[in-house]
Amino acid sequence: MMRRLLAILLENEAGALSRVVGLFAQRNYNIDSLTVAPTEDPTLSRLTLLTEGDDKKIEQVTKHLNRLIEVVKVIDLTDGAHLERELMLIKVRTEGGGHREEIYRTCRIFRGTVVDVAPDSYTVQITGPTEKLLAFMRAIGETSILEVVRTGVSGIGRGDKIFEL
Amino acid sequence: MTEMLSGGEMLIRALQDEGVEQIFGYPGGAALHIYDAIFKQQRVEHILVRHEQAATHMADGYARATGRPGVVLVTSGPGATNAITGVATAYMDSIPMIVISAQVPHDVIGTDAFQETDMIGISRPIVKHSFIVKKAEDIPGIVKQAFYIATTGRPGPIVIDVPKDTTDPNEQFAYEYPDTVSLRSYKPALKGHFGQIRKATIAMLQARRPVIYSGGGVVQGGADEELVKVARLTGFPITNTLMGLGAFPGDDPQFLGMLGMHGTYEANCAMHHADLILAVGARFDDRVTNNPEKFCPDATIIHIDIDPASISKVIAADIPIVGPAKPVLQGMVEALEAELPNHPIDSASLNAWWRRIERWREQHGLNHDQRERRSESGELLPQQVIQAVYRETEGDAYVTSDVGQHQMFAAQYYKFQRGRQWINSGGLGTMGFGLPAAMGVQLARPDATVVCITGEGSFMMNMQELSTCMQYALPIKIVNLNNQALGMVKQWQDMQYGGRYSHSTYRDALPEFDQLIRSFGHHSFSASSIDELDTVVAETFSPALKNKLVFINAYVDPDEHVYPMFIRGGSLEDMVLSKGNS
Ligand SMILES: Cc1ncc(C[n+]2csc(CCOP(=O)(O)OP(=O)(O)O)c2C)c(N)n1
Ligand SMILES: [Mg+2]
Repeated sequence: MMRRLLAILLENEAGALSRVVGLFAQRNYNIDSLTVAPTEDPTLSRLTLLTEGDDKKIEQVTKHLNRLIEVVKVIDLTDGAHLERELMLIKVRTEGGGHREEIYRTCRIFRGTVVDVAPDSYTVQITGPTEKLLAFMRAIGETSILEVVRTGVSGIGRGDKIFEL
Repeated sequence: MTEMLSGGEMLIRALQDEGVEQIFGYPGGAALHIYDAIFKQQRVEHILVRHEQAATHMADGYARATGRPGVVLVTSGPGATNAITGVATAYMDSIPMIVISAQVPHDVIGTDAFQETDMIGISRPIVKHSFIVKKAEDIPGIVKQAFYIATTGRPGPIVIDVPKDTTDPNEQFAYEYPDTVSLRSYKPALKGHFGQIRKATIAMLQARRPVIYSGGGVVQGGADEELVKVARLTGFPITNTLMGLGAFPGDDPQFLGMLGMHGTYEANCAMHHADLILAVGARFDDRVTNNPEKFCPDATIIHIDIDPASISKVIAADIPIVGPAKPVLQGMVEALEAELPNHPIDSASLNAWWRRIERWREQHGLNHDQRERRSESGELLPQQVIQAVYRETEGDAYVTSDVGQHQMFAAQYYKFQRGRQWINSGGLGTMGFGLPAAMGVQLARPDATVVCITGEGSFMMNMQELSTCMQYALPIKIVNLNNQALGMVKQWQDMQYGGRYSHSTYRDALPEFDQLIRSFGHHSFSASSIDELDTVVAETFSPALKNKLVFINAYVDPDEHVYPMFIRGGSLEDMVLSKGNS
């Protein structure tokens, strides 16, 4: 099983997203993460969808996605060089002597930003590839993590080539 | 001058502009503005059914017989949910259909209002596309798009959900029907790739054991003529799927019969031993392939399909061609005509191949007359009934069927001459399809002989439509192969469950069919011997009863099984040929 990151251009219309999600459920495909927002052209949404599968399965998924009337275009970003980013907001326990400084240092090593400060916790914003987010969580340690929210992966191809209509 | 119309009126007017002549429906609260708009015009005829499921199957039968989309109108809530089985049936067989479902008004959507149901949500996995009307002005554009999407590419059902407020008679709008549609995200293939067609043609000319395997895509795509030309130019043996029957004449020596689970021995053996398969508009369904791992081990596979997602879904294609069957086969005819002078067909190999096929056919083919056969109990055999109907209708009737043993007997023993003549629910296998589908066909083709071959189980799933048949004087001929059981279920229980008939019989609880049918003002005959059958069949199709609905209640041997039958998990040539003989 290979990790696959699909980029999908979709008509920005009510109900379109539910068809994409419904397709995955109906055909017994996995969605590991999903991000969606309008593009520079407000009539189009762009999705980044993380799933798993071999070549045959991804070919089928792609064909079925293309069959949906509102899907304009689909590519598999994992076919070529690309960038992946994810954003995480994480609330971390800071009680106890010296703990606060240690968290702050770890945060700087990972180029995170403390975006909210409370008497017993920090809320840290951190962006990067999924691997970096996971590494940060490991560095903080399970016992100190209070709450985690992640956006899921957004992806874009490298170089001059653009994914457009 | 632009007309000012309400949303309800625009909806009906748009149907007129699409050339719709008949719609099938059932009224209710949320649909009443639309029904009032129907009342005020003449061009679209509304057929009032007795159950919304039947409306969808009627529209479906209409579409299958004509190639034009069938149109359904139902109310919200239970009206919409009753239509779901028919939408799924059409979806599985790629039938163009427009289902207009009324919806509660916008301001109460989401409040669990009376008769509110999320039709768009419920139907999502079984439609090609769906629309919800946001404002009345959008109606003409949505109708235009719906018909365009339903009928192009791989056809399918479309739901248009219409909240009641958008049909308000008090709010009027300038009506204008769009001439064209353009959707940047929907561009169905209009023809096949020339290079691929040529490549396929060359492969065909090098084949030694070729078979043409064609399916519903040829029928729906109106490509019968081109298919016949390819078969004639090459002399290749040809088999059809359950959905593809009729595309090639059933009584032609080049035709091997249907393939698959209940296909002929010669068709399945030919497929299994082939070195080349030309698959056209067929989707390698599991009822065709048996175990995909053991499917046609030696064959190069050419696969023509309008839907890229069907290609290499089950069986990897060596030469895929995406496009509608008609232009692709036409391209193939031209390529063959160009190539044949340089690369003539290896007739020695082809003749040897035909000799092998003929041996399979002689051993176990279905072509023999069933009249002389006697069942153990001396009862009428279902195959004899189909052959009698075939003879009496001269192979020319539209035949619809339900689902079960009777469906397989009809597919095996009625030799269809042309596409669209054989109408059945192949993909979903919907019992209750046969009668309403026949009604849709008869409405579309008032002068044609329309036969519904059914089983008593299936018939009872939609028999309320006998009343609709009375209202619209539909002269359908219904042939009920009455084995007093859910025969197909019972057959599986015989073969796989030691004859334990768990809930597959109801012998003592069947209605007196003759009385039942007559109570709706129709004619009905029963037959339980071959002599009675002959008389009854002759009378049923006589000119005297041409304009009447006639029901034949044929008591057939309840112990008869459908054979051949492939052995689950095996290859295509692994078949049971008769009780206890594989
Ligand atoms: C709506 C529906 N329910 C259940 C089935 C499963 N099923 C397939 S064939 C069959 C028996 C059909 O009985 P009948 O119509 O009398 O036909 P026969 O097989 O006896 O010819 C059943 C229950 C089905 N296909 N459709
Ligand atoms: Mg029965």
